Amino acid sequence: MTEPASAPDEPVTVVLVDDHALFRRGVRAELESLARRTVSVVGEAGSVDEAVAVIGHRKPDVVLLDVHMPDGGGAAVLSRTRPDHPDVVFLALSVSDAAEDVISVIRAGARGYVTKTISGHELADAVVRVRAGDAVFSPRLAGFVLDAFADRPGATGVVDPELDQLTRRERDVLRLLARGWSYKEIAAELVISVKTVETHVSSVLRKTQSSNRHELSRWASDRRLV
Amino acid sequence: MVPVDEATTLHTGTPPVTAETPAPTPAPTPTEPPTRPGPAIPRIRRRRQGAVIAGVTGGVADHLGVDVLRVRLVFVLLVAAAGAGFVAYAGLWLFCPIEPRGVRRDVPPRERRQGLGLATLGVLLAFILSGLGGQLSGWVIGPLVVVVIGVALVWREADTGGAAVEGETGWRARWLVGRRLGLLRLLAGALLVTMGIAVFLLGNVDLGQVQFGVLAALATLAGVVVITVPWWMRLVRELGTERRERIRGQERADIAAHLHDSVLQTLALIQKQAGEDVAGREVRRLARSQERELRAWLYGPPGGDAGRPAGSTDATLAAALATAAGEVEDDYGVRVAPVVVGDTELDPNTTALVAAAREAMVNAAKHAGVDEIDVYVEVEPDVVEVFVRDRGRGFDPDAVPEDRRGLAGSVRDRMTRHGGRVRLRTAPGEGTEVGLVLPRSRRGTPAPATAQEESR
Repeated sequence: MTEPASAPDEPVTVVLVDDHALFRRGVRAELESLARRTVSVVGEAGSVDEAVAVIGHRKPDVVLLDVHMPDGGGAAVLSRTRPDHPDVVFLALSVSDAAEDVISVIRAGARGYVTKTISGHELADAVVRVRAGDAVFSPRLAGFVLDAFADRPGATGVVDPELDQLTRRERDVLRLLARGWSYKEIAAELVISVKTVETHVSSVLRKTQSSNRHELSRWASDRRLV
Repeated sequence: MVPVDEATTLHTGTPPVTAETPAPTPAPTPTEPPTRPGPAIPRIRRRRQGAVIAGVTGGVADHLGVDVLRVRLVFVLLVAAAGAGFVAYAGLWLFCPIEPRGVRRDVPPRERRQGLGLATLGVLLAFILSGLGGQLSGWVIGPLVVVVIGVALVWREADTGGAAVEGETGWRARWLVGRRLGLLRLLAGALLVTMGIAVFLLGNVDLGQVQFGVLAALATLAGVVVITVPWWMRLVRELGTERRERIRGQERADIAAHLHDSVLQTLALIQKQAGEDVAGREVRRLARSQERELRAWLYGPPGGDAGRPAGSTDATLAAALATAAGEVEDDYGVRVAPVVVGDTELDPNTTALVAAAREAMVNAAKHAGVDEIDVYVEVEPDVVEVFVRDRGRGFDPDAVPEDRRGLAGSVRDRMTRHGGRVRLRTAPGEGTEVGLVLPRSRRGTPAPATAQEESR
C-alpha cells in the first residue's frame, strides 16, 4: 500500500459512490474546477451494485465512498470489491456523525474518513494522500478512535496488548489530529519527521481495523462485519 | 444505469466478457431494494397454501425436494408403525414455522384429494391396527379419534390465526379456511375434545364419581379464571403496549434513515454550494443551523458520545459545549466542529470551562477571519482539556490589541478563578489555539480504580 502514485503528473483516478446524484455532481464539479488537476473523476455510482460494477470496470486509484446508502452502504461495497481489487483505495466521505458508522467503514477497509462539508481543495489533497498510502484522519475520526481506545474503568480486559493499545506517541499524534492540526504542524510540535507522523497514523489505522477491543468489536458486530 | 448483465457477472466475480460495455453514466438511478445475502440454511417451512391438515408433509417435501405424495405415504406407513407417524407429524407441526404469507403455489385438486384420502387412511389405519393388536380397547379408540380430530381443528385455528388464504374457492374456502367461521371451527374443535374425553370417562368410570369429578374440575377452573383475571388483562395490555412501542421505534428509525439520506445530504450540499457574498453566507448559516438541529435529533448531542439517545439531558460537559458551539455558529456564521472524547457531569468548574471555551470560540469567530473553528475536548480522570483552534490570522501575544481584551479578561480570569489555566499558541499568520486546562477534583468523581490511569 505504500507505493507512490504511478507518475507524479498523472492525476489520481477517482470513482464517486453516493446515492445522491446531486451530491456527486457537486463533488465532481468541485474537484474538476481546481487549478491543479491532481484528481480526475472517471466514474460514478449510485448504488452498491453499480459501485461494484463501476469499480471493476474502471479500476480507479481511489474510491470516494458514501457511508450510508439504502442498499447496504459503504461497508457492503467494501466487502464486495476488496477481495477482487486489493489495489483500490477507499476513502469514506459522509455526512454521518455516528461513531459506529464511521468505525465500521474503517474496519471494513477504508483508509480514511472525511466529512462532506470538506472543501474541494482539502478533498483533493486527501485523495492524493490516501493514494500515496497515507491514512486520512479527520479530527472527528481521530476523536472516535481515541474514544474507542480510551482505558475506561470497567472496560473488558485487554486481549492483545500489541493490538489493543495505542502507544503513547500514537496517542499524542491522534490528540493533535483531533485538535485540527496538520501533519506538518504535528511533526514540528513533537519534533519528529512528517514521515514518522504518517507511520504513526497508519499504525493507528491498522490497529483500528484489526483490534479486538470491546468497543470496536461491538460496533463491527452490530453491523455484521465480523 | 449499468447494464444488468455486467452488474451480475461482476457480482459473481468473473470479469465481463465484452470490453465495449458502455461506461456507466452518472445519471441518477433508482435505488434498488436491499438485497441482503443471508446465510442460506434451508429450514422446513410448513406450507400455508395447499395444506390438508397443517402443511407439514408439504413442507417436508419442499425441504427434501421430493414429491409430496411420497412423503404422505411415508407418514401413513409410520402411523401404522405403532403410531410413530402421529408423533412425528405433531412434533413437526409444533416446531416448524409456517411459511411467510404471499407464497403462491398451484395445488392441483387431485393432489389435495389424494392428501385428504391419505390422511383419513392413516388415521383409520392407526385405529384398526391398534384395535387388532388389542393394545387399546374399543372404548378408548372411539373417543381418541374424536379427541385427535378436535385437537387438530383447534391447533389449526390457532396456527393460521383464521386468516383467509388467497386463491381458495368453493366449499373448502367457506368451511375450512374462511375467516368468518373461525370461531365456529374453534368451538367445534373444543366440543369434540370435550366430548371425546367425556365419553372416555363415562365408559370407564362410575357415573357418580364422574359427576363429582366434573363439578370439582369446573369449580377449580372457574376459580382459577376469576383469580387470574387481572393477570390476563395485564398480559393483554402489555402485549398491546409493547407492540405499539415496537412500531413507534421502527417508524422512528425509518424516519431517521430517510432524513439522513435526504435532508442532511441536501443541507451539506447547500453549505458547499452557497456563494461567498452576504446572501450566500446567510444561506450557509441557516443550513448549518438546521443540520445541527437535525443531527442532534438523530444522533444525540453533536460531538458527544454517539451512543447516547437523542433528547437526553443537557447536563453533561459534551452537551453544554455542543450547545455553546451551536450558538457561536449561529451568531457568527462560522463552522464550529466540536470533537469530544469522554464526558463528565457539569459542576461549577466545568460550567466555567464551557463559558471560557465559548468566549474563545467567539474570539476566533470575530477576529481570525476564517469560517471554520476546530474544538477538541478531552476528559481524563484528572484533567479536562479544551482546545479552540483556528487557522486565521493569529496575533502577537506580546502586543495584544485592544479588541483582544476578551481573551485576557474573560477567558483567563475565568479559568484561574476555577483553578485552571490557559495556554495560548499564536503567531501572526499562523492561526491561534487557545488551550484551556482544568484539573479535576477527585472529590466529585465516584473514585474509579486509579491505578490504571496513573501512567498518563
